[in-house]
Amino acid sequence: MSKRIEVRDLNVYYSKFLAVEGVNLAIEPRSVTAFIGPSGCGKSTFLRTLNRMHEVIPGARVEGEVLIDGNNLYDPDVDPVLVRRQVGMVFQRPNPFPTMSIKENVLAGVKLNNKRISKSDADELVERSLRGANLWNEVKDRLDRPGSGLSGGQQQRLCIARAIAVSPEVILMDEPCSALDPISTLAIEDLIEELKLKYTIVIVTHNMQQASRVSDRTAFFNIAGTGKPGNLIEYDDTTTIFSNPSVQATEDYVSGRFG
Amino acid sequence: MTVQTERPVEAAAPISNSLTAGRLPKSAPWTILVVAIAVAAAVFGVVSIGTGAGFNWGGALFVGALLYIPSIWLFSTLVEGRRRAMDRLVTALVTGAFLLAMIPLVSLAITVITLGAARFDADFFSMSMRNVTGEGGGALHAIIGTLFITGAAAIISIPVGLMTSIYLVEYGRGRLARGITFFVDVMTGIPSIVAGLFAYSLFAIFLGPGTRTGIAGAVALSLLMIPVVVRSSEEMLRLVPNELREAAFALGVPKWLTIVKVVLPTSIAGITTGIMLSIARVIGETAPLLIAAGFTASVNYNLFSDRMQSLPVYVYTQYANQGNPPEAFLDRAWAAALTLILIVMALNLIARLVARFFAPKFGR
Repeated sequence: MSKRIEVRDLNVYYSKFLAVEGVNLAIEPRSVTAFIGPSGCGKSTFLRTLNRMHEVIPGARVEGEVLIDGNNLYDPDVDPVLVRRQVGMVFQRPNPFPTMSIKENVLAGVKLNNKRISKSDADELVERSLRGANLWNEVKDRLDRPGSGLSGGQQQRLCIARAIAVSPEVILMDEPCSALDPISTLAIEDLIEELKLKYTIVIVTHNMQQASRVSDRTAFFNIAGTGKPGNLIEYDDTTTIFSNPSVQATEDYVSGRFG
Repeated sequence: MTVQTERPVEAAAPISNSLTAGRLPKSAPWTILVVAIAVAAAVFGVVSIGTGAGFNWGGALFVGALLYIPSIWLFSTLVEGRRRAMDRLVTALVTGAFLLAMIPLVSLAITVITLGAARFDADFFSMSMRNVTGEGGGALHAIIGTLFITGAAAIISIPVGLMTSIYLVEYGRGRLARGITFFVDVMTGIPSIVAGLFAYSLFAIFLGPGTRTGIAGAVALSLLMIPVVVRSSEEMLRLVPNELREAAFALGVPKWLTIVKVVLPTSIAGITTGIMLSIARVIGETAPLLIAAGFTASVNYNLFSDRMQSLPVYVYTQYANQGNPPEAFLDRAWAAALTLILIVMALNLIARLVARFFAPKFGR
């Protein structure tokens, strides 16, 4: 259910502008990898290249290779739609579909792709996904109500349930807790801990405590200055990054002495 | 502690609140309005007695309202100060502008209803003008023609307009998209008679000069309708948050399915409203239909052959070619105008209901 990601010499451009330069890293299956770094250093941009979501932005392009279990995502024949079915994504702001009920939101990945699913299978999938996202007990009595009526934290867990309902191999999370209160954040962190058993998880976060709590490995990105490309500075076990990093910039950043 | 216990004693002293200011009583604006109108009425009364003419109610009300604007400003400046006075002045001006805009609307509605009611009967909706030279007759053929021609125009324009707007919002980049936007803007400004001439000459090329059919009228109307549909749907599609598109893409949904199943359902309420308004815009067109669809006295169910009457053209022909007695023709024209307004009103109501029915639902 989970796959290894390997990134080789990856450059990301927005039209002519080089946004992220020369990233090399490997993400092991069934682990949580956190990306930290200051705003604008290309963490989110890089994350989106892992399922080709950056292509949604006009002018964005990539040089280099991203291998998922040896398959290069940027092979000319690769269909981005198939990539995204394997690599799911949870966004910064919860974005349930406003026209759909809670149940339909969970089934969105199936229904939107025009796949047929029997009612019992659908019910089973909804329950399994919502249980997987720790949301089942809160919404089981109102599955037919609109998803937009939930609280922010519940909406975000609904989005996670929606992402895991299509059984991806990898889940990318782009600052999933930045719009949430501490209690909802805790619920999502607990959830990441459980999801790790089945999925490969990559999470972008601005919260270093969160990175140290949930992740096994941490990648620190930095930017030399405005207009310069972002770089991967250091990538190591989370404990090493936070206790004994090998680069001075990393230590400055994680200890709050940055800039 | 001692300081705190002393404080209430201080506050109990009768000191005026420094945050208060002079304030006109609530009834003041109305009182001033009534007085202003009374003054104007007195002046008009003196004039009407002096000249022997009748008392001019409309003039008195209008001048009274005009008099109210400087008076409320003056009183407010004296009592409340300049900021509030400006607020009162602008409130009076804005309300006045609204009432001014309502006058022609209300007057038109009253005129059409009173004059149209005379022939707003069963005959009017069940008979055509075939072999009718004087009284009697109806507008059945025109109602059928209007519904057919507008329906055909909608069937042509909605897919073309909607798909153009989808192209512009979801796919269009660069020169082609800019060009389309430009020409759509130009098309919104086409005079309707030009659209009629275009459709007429287009059909004349293939079917010979003098061809007037319902479908030619529908083509003319769709030329007017497409730009409106494109612009309104484009606005609505742009309102759909990009996050929803990204959410669908991240689930491995292809782009076209994302558009069909996420973007369109989210914006369907606004799109329907825009389409209904565009229909309301073209259903009252006279000039293009006069040229392209012609006029006739008989019912015609076939869009593709022979002339077809429509309600606006019916109003025009009844008014322009009055026979004997002329009142019968005028009454029919007014009744047809009333029918047309009611049809447009019904369309607007349907659009509102549809918008409410399809709108994304919120709530727990």
